[in-house]
Amino acid sequence: MIWNLLMTFMKIGFLSFGGGYAIIPMIQHEAMTGGWLSEMEFQEVVSIAGMATGPVATNSATLIGYRVAGIEGAMASTLGMVLPSFILIIIISIFFYRVRDSKWIKTLFYGLRPVITGLIAYAAIRFGFMGKEHAFLTWQTLGTLIIVFASLYGLIKNKLHPLTIIVASGFLGVAFF
Amino acid sequence: MITNVTAKTSSKTSAKTTAHARVDLLFQLFWAFLRIGPVTFGGGYAMIPMIEREITVKRKWMSEAEMDDILSLAGSAPGGVGVNAAAFIGYRLGGVFGAIAAIAGITTPTFIIVCLLSSVYSQLADQPKVDAAMKGIHGAVIALILVAAYRMAKNAIFDKTTAATAMVVLVVLLVTGINPIYVIAFGLLIGFVYLQVKQLLGLQVRTEKECLDYSDEESKYPEYYI
Repeated sequence: MIWNLLMTFMKIGFLSFGGGYAIIPMIQHEAMTGGWLSEMEFQEVVSIAGMATGPVATNSATLIGYRVAGIEGAMASTLGMVLPSFILIIIISIFFYRVRDSKWIKTLFYGLRPVITGLIAYAAIRFGFMGKEHAFLTWQTLGTLIIVFASLYGLIKNKLHPLTIIVASGFLGVAFF
Repeated sequence: MITNVTAKTSSKTSAKTTAHARVDLLFQLFWAFLRIGPVTFGGGYAMIPMIEREITVKRKWMSEAEMDDILSLAGSAPGGVGVNAAAFIGYRLGGVFGAIAAIAGITTPTFIIVCLLSSVYSQLADQPKVDAAMKGIHGAVIALILVAAYRMAKNAIFDKTTAATAMVVLVVLLVTGINPIYVIAFGLLIGFVYLQVKQLLGLQVRTEKECLDYSDEESKYPEYYI
């Protein structure tokens, strides 16, 4: 199991372009096909990952490892996510210096960025509308929608910090549900 | 003979001091990144100004120009920008062990916090109030992901090709439930295919948005808003 976690997250780590929420669908796919978590449990994991410091993708990996195989599992998953960074960065440091300016990298990102956009949009839809056991229009959906729009307003208009939004939404949740 | 002995001892002491200096540097790297970890809620993008301040202003380990290069590389490579930057800076200053020390520094606090949060949550998960709070936070996370998508789109989508690519990816993911890893692998190649096709058709190719607005950190590191 520990080995399995390490290898799975290393595979994801090597392809984790786009950071954060672009990686969430990949982690979700592995966690669900591996039978580690249900859709609802996965959503819980991402919510908790958003509350902690540090990158949400690595946090999710740590949490999944912890749930599946305790502290050793958490260590294996975290190591799996971090090891590819370590290896690739050392290779890049040795061989290329100014990668950003190269035409190759620009072409690479020309194709990659829209793909990442699609992935993040997918993460939002999946996270928002799937795994619900209720009918679509319920008091709960309405409450969630209010929180979503209030959070969007706070993030874009008032430029509030993501953590402020998460804490405030927690309190709103207690008031609503 | 005597001079030979003194030379030997002095080279020995200098080897000792350099070994000592190395260990000291590794410890300092670990400590510098350990302090950045626990205060950067919001992940990558939040870490960048902190790392810049700690490395270029406070410790003067690098010039700002060097730091800029490292950060843009760290932003392009796979993985979190914070961990990547730590690996780069650690490697530049202290080789492979420097990279390990820096990564350990930036990862450890988060790791402990996440494990603590997880065990606290599993103790409280049955409480109705906690359940309600989690439902509220669920809404907040949806909003955070939407904002991440919007910011990414702002930089990624600037012509018909990029818009179509994003749409196709979204539809394919929703309809087929294919492993998203294949989608990323496809994304690594598709840019080169577009370039070849457009050149064959004799079209003008632009691989980046015209006049990228780098005035704020958010658009400078679009991939790592969160």
